[in-house]
Amino acid sequence: MPLLLFTSLVFAGSFVAGLLGALTGLGGGVVLIPLLTLVFHVNLRYAIGASLVSVIATSSGAAAAYVRDGYSNVRIGMFLEVATTIGAVFGAYLAARVPTRALAVVFGLMLIYSAWLSRSQDAELVEQATPNPWSDKLRMSASFPDGNGGRQSYIVDRISWGFATMFGAGTLSGLLGIGSGAVKVLAMDKIMRIPFKVSTTTSNFMIGVTAAASAGIYLGRGFIDPGLAFPVMLGVLAGSLLGAKALVRSHVTLLRTIFAFVILALGIEMIVNGWLGKV
Amino acid sequence: MTMQPDPAESHPTTSAAPSGPPPRSSAFDDARMDAIMGRLLQVGVLLAASVVLAGGVMLVRTHAGERVDYRSFIARPLQLRHPAALLRGIAAGDAAAIVQLGILLLVATPIGRVAFAVVAFALERDRLYVAVSLTVLAVLLFGMLRGG
Repeated sequence: MPLLLFTSLVFAGSFVAGLLGALTGLGGGVVLIPLLTLVFHVNLRYAIGASLVSVIATSSGAAAAYVRDGYSNVRIGMFLEVATTIGAVFGAYLAARVPTRALAVVFGLMLIYSAWLSRSQDAELVEQATPNPWSDKLRMSASFPDGNGGRQSYIVDRISWGFATMFGAGTLSGLLGIGSGAVKVLAMDKIMRIPFKVSTTTSNFMIGVTAAASAGIYLGRGFIDPGLAFPVMLGVLAGSLLGAKALVRSHVTLLRTIFAFVILALGIEMIVNGWLGKV
Repeated sequence: MTMQPDPAESHPTTSAAPSGPPPRSSAFDDARMDAIMGRLLQVGVLLAASVVLAGGVMLVRTHAGERVDYRSFIARPLQLRHPAALLRGIAAGDAAAIVQLGILLLVATPIGRVAFAVVAFALERDRLYVAVSLTVLAVLLFGMLRGG
């Protein structure tokens, strides 16, 4: 394919991936990497490298909007970033050594998990955290605006389990070049029992820092090709910024259901291709 | 949803202040830190995206008709420990080198945010979190300079 046509098509595809990623809250990486490998026949390592770049761009680009609402907790984020960045360096180290076929299978499993998670996201479990002295000692207890002019305070529970899960999220991010926002929200929302809005906004901050930890290793290993990273980064960034704006005004339940089936199918295809060595 | 939080109320340990500009003693707190960080990230991404766009357009213009094939992986590592080669490329107007510079600016953006957090926590006299953010910064710099 000629370069101009390839770049235009990849830009368009990345734009759609970023748009869908923002609308469904799953991030652009989950559709971007299958799109690049299965449709554009890009080597998985290049796809992972380009995706990682787009992850840093979207996370940082959306940060100002999240900050304004006052939900994110900078201390919880920074504390857990110790785990995610160490995990990300470890994951990136593994990515350079694991065969592409195995990477494809792991990616497929992650897609199936994301599909399952996005379907069960509606049932929001409101569990009250039990008093934990470490929440105050680590200065993680805080409050957020409750929407009626007051503030709702919260504490953080099961910090060591959350920390361990965050190491896993970081490893996954470094291994597959994704934000692994779903795992980060799971660790904060379900394990540490942090309010959902605080979890999602704090997770957005953490995604960029986590991805930056593996970027040096990706660059050093040649995973990030300038010709591919250019349309992918700008496409996903533009798509996700538009998606974040549209999100406020749209009902996304149907879209999320369709999207869940799409990534389920992509996940199965990635596993089959990895198994047959076609990636 | 879009309500502007009063900077003085963002942290429970901060005493409540009347509306308007907060008193100088509590001028620096978590909400201010968040706001500056958010702006820092946005400016960094915008700058990085512009550089990538400029380099990318040059790249496409010089190689528009050439066939591309990303099927097989050929490692072309960027040696961050030897920045001279990258600088030579940029000076020579090499499009790929300019895109790489943009990507480096992009990666530097969240790292800059963590470095800023070290300073911000120091201003808040929060020694625990100065240590936490320094740890994160050390891991980031290790990843950056160790390079695989």
